[in-house]
Amino acid sequence: MYTHDKAESTISSNALIDALRQIVADDALLHEKEDLKPYECDGLSAYRAIPLVVVLPETIEQVQHILTLCHQHQVPVVARGAGTGLSGGALPHEQGVLLSLAKFSNIIDIDPKRRLARVQPGVRNLAISQEADQYGLYYAPDPSSQIACTIGGNVAENSGGVHCLKYGLTVHNIQQLKIITIEGELLSIGGSGLDSAGYDLLALMTGSEGMLGVIVEVTVKLLPKPERAQVLLAAFDDVVKAGEAVGNIIAAGIIPAGLEMMDRLAIKAAEDFVHAGYPLEAEAILLCELDGTNEEVSEHVFKVREVLNDSGSIEVRTARDEAERQVFWQGRKSAFPAVGRISPDYYCMDGTIPRKQLPQVLKAMADLSAEYKLPVANVFHAGDGNLHPLILYDANIPGALERTEEFGGKILELCVEVGGTITGEHGVGMEKIDQMCVQFNSLELQQFHAVKAAFDPQGLLNPGKAVPTLHRCAEFGAMHVHKGELPFPELERF
Amino acid sequence: MNSDISQQLQQQIQQAFEQQKALSIVGGNSKAFYGRVDERIGSAEKLDVSAHRGVLSYEPTELVITARAGTRLAEIEKLLHDNGQMLPFEPPSYADSATIGGTIACNLSGPRRAYAGAARDLLLGCKIINGKGEMMSFGGEVMKNVAGYDVSRLMAGALGTLGVLLEVSLKVLPKAEKEVTQMLEYSPSEALDKIHTWSQTPLPISASSYHDSILRVRFSGATKAVNAAIETVGGETVGSDAMHEDQHYWQSLKEQQLDFFTGDDASTRPLWRISMASDIESLELPAGYANDDCLYEWGGALRWLKSDAPAEVMQSAASAVDGHASLFRHQHGSIFQPLTPGLLRIHKNLKQAFDPQNILNPGKLYPEL
Repeated sequence: MYTHDKAESTISSNALIDALRQIVADDALLHEKEDLKPYECDGLSAYRAIPLVVVLPETIEQVQHILTLCHQHQVPVVARGAGTGLSGGALPHEQGVLLSLAKFSNIIDIDPKRRLARVQPGVRNLAISQEADQYGLYYAPDPSSQIACTIGGNVAENSGGVHCLKYGLTVHNIQQLKIITIEGELLSIGGSGLDSAGYDLLALMTGSEGMLGVIVEVTVKLLPKPERAQVLLAAFDDVVKAGEAVGNIIAAGIIPAGLEMMDRLAIKAAEDFVHAGYPLEAEAILLCELDGTNEEVSEHVFKVREVLNDSGSIEVRTARDEAERQVFWQGRKSAFPAVGRISPDYYCMDGTIPRKQLPQVLKAMADLSAEYKLPVANVFHAGDGNLHPLILYDANIPGALERTEEFGGKILELCVEVGGTITGEHGVGMEKIDQMCVQFNSLELQQFHAVKAAFDPQGLLNPGKAVPTLHRCAEFGAMHVHKGELPFPELERF
Repeated sequence: MNSDISQQLQQQIQQAFEQQKALSIVGGNSKAFYGRVDERIGSAEKLDVSAHRGVLSYEPTELVITARAGTRLAEIEKLLHDNGQMLPFEPPSYADSATIGGTIACNLSGPRRAYAGAARDLLLGCKIINGKGEMMSFGGEVMKNVAGYDVSRLMAGALGTLGVLLEVSLKVLPKAEKEVTQMLEYSPSEALDKIHTWSQTPLPISASSYHDSILRVRFSGATKAVNAAIETVGGETVGSDAMHEDQHYWQSLKEQQLDFFTGDDASTRPLWRISMASDIESLELPAGYANDDCLYEWGGALRWLKSDAPAEVMQSAASAVDGHASLFRHQHGSIFQPLTPGLLRIHKNLKQAFDPQNILNPGKLYPEL
């Protein structure tokens, strides 16, 4: 159970609930213990907290009134979409309101000519593509949770997916947002054109983890569906060779739609689970998806086969048809649940590294794995350097989660050390808040706090997430002294 | 050319912060015409970033380049070209002296923007000095990075009002194997109709423009894909096999050297840049204001319009369609689309967060910032 810093609300819980009852219908207000329980965590179940109250508004005006009320009485507010986030970003505040956007689930408009979809934040990622399909269009970012995760959460986390290298992250695929500030003011950010006047608030809001405003409407860009997609599977007897093959494909001037790598343990788990026909003797496999026009795909498949052979792969297969393409992907897409079958629990990490550092990072991770006696399966968005090491552990063994978290933290610090980042697509949330102290110095963290204050000076929106206080970093730093130097020397130690 | 003057720049900013004196940030001076004229900048001390030069890292297979802000854009483009790569947003330079820092600070992008993203889309990270003289890094050199707020992209288009760019990291892409431009004759409404129809299909479009009854569409990609696209849309190939003529057109367009930009009236008539919904044929201007001397880009999402309409008229017409209009050349009155009160408040707060003494390019973007 996670305990927050005490909020300084100026209203009693009963009075708050009464006031909320004036804003939303009774069935849109949850405050009994058993009703609150389902909201205690998001996709990162290691952190749990019961909110004071859950409110499920269905109109923009209601959200405005709720935020105005909370602002007036200094009540913390945590916004929540589908709750599939993996970093604890939607972890409730015990003395606060959990604002669920689940009822904002309408696709307002699809404009095939402008290739835009205007949707409410509670619309599921995949539902947009399904609705746009009739026009031959789709929404490109495809986080692996796309069947369940909502677009509001995607914007808040700047979600990625397997197709980011070619099609970008959420920030590259949205055009307009409507947000409500903590004061209850409705702002429209972006516009009908490709850019807008003034500062790039669209980028600032994207990935801001619910710290700056509540998203109540999103206009996303749609792309024409590629005429054809083809996937190649290459097996390697050495992870380093697989990594080099990725560089060689890009050096050949080809940007694949997806480029995924799995290591031996991940291959085995996936194969046992879905029987995708993965070569079990391989140390690593690469899945390379090429899409575009028919002609383009034909030309690129030919080239990539050559590159893979020249890069020392022990086997290259091209999916013969759409069914086989799905089978090739099935293994990769089921990698997480597959690992879940071979271990009681697993912990999914999310660092990004410059791709050339892969051999070094894999070696260091193997050493850490031996040190902590915890196996690691690696699933890797190889094209853009985004690593998802899955640490296998058993939460029933006392202290195992703590050791796993410590191990995970070291992996993230390693990513920063080689010039990467602690999070590629899952967000900082509650989970990686200490590692923020490793990636950023105190000036940078203070600048983040100043940005936050520009929107929410009292810190009521999602308090305690995403950006650590300098004191927290000082405490964390005391445990993690690098090269004999104390980080944040300007702060007193506790 | 390689030199690191970040310490001097930091000292100058720290001093200006202590003395509360405005600084006018200068790179290659190629886009000095862009932005508000404000007496606070006119009388300000210059902060010259142009000597802070040099490419710091570039590995083609990582698809990332990092350079100091004063590095000439031309130098970066040549280096990428030599490695078969490019800056996907095809930035205009307006002069040989243009720097990468100025390019990002202005967030101006060329013909490929609608298809490959803007400067801000390709920006992965930057090192800046804020208005307190604090040197900081945000983002990084990797494609995916969601740690902390996206301060890097906030710098793109801020015209230096939030921080002085020291270094930028950008995503680069391989050049296409083949590029061909097709020319077709259409009325404005037909042209918009065509480009929208094509854009709903996976044709490898990489640029489009319409002016003087001529729609031009550029295709980039694998040879077979480009050839197939030519078959689909028809029309006449620009310069047939000679690639240069086709490149020359898009180059002249982005550098504003076409007759449209340099003709007789160009030196006197205001030039508006209008960003708006791509399928609306034209802005609704009151009778008496010319609305037809227009060049379309980006599949219709960007318009260059020569018009004598006052700023209030132009900007209220743009805002009526949820777009925005900026006065690009021959500036007078309100240059950038006025912000709504709510957005202006956030802008002022952000300015305060980065530059509390208001010393960095004060008034360059909006009088209040």
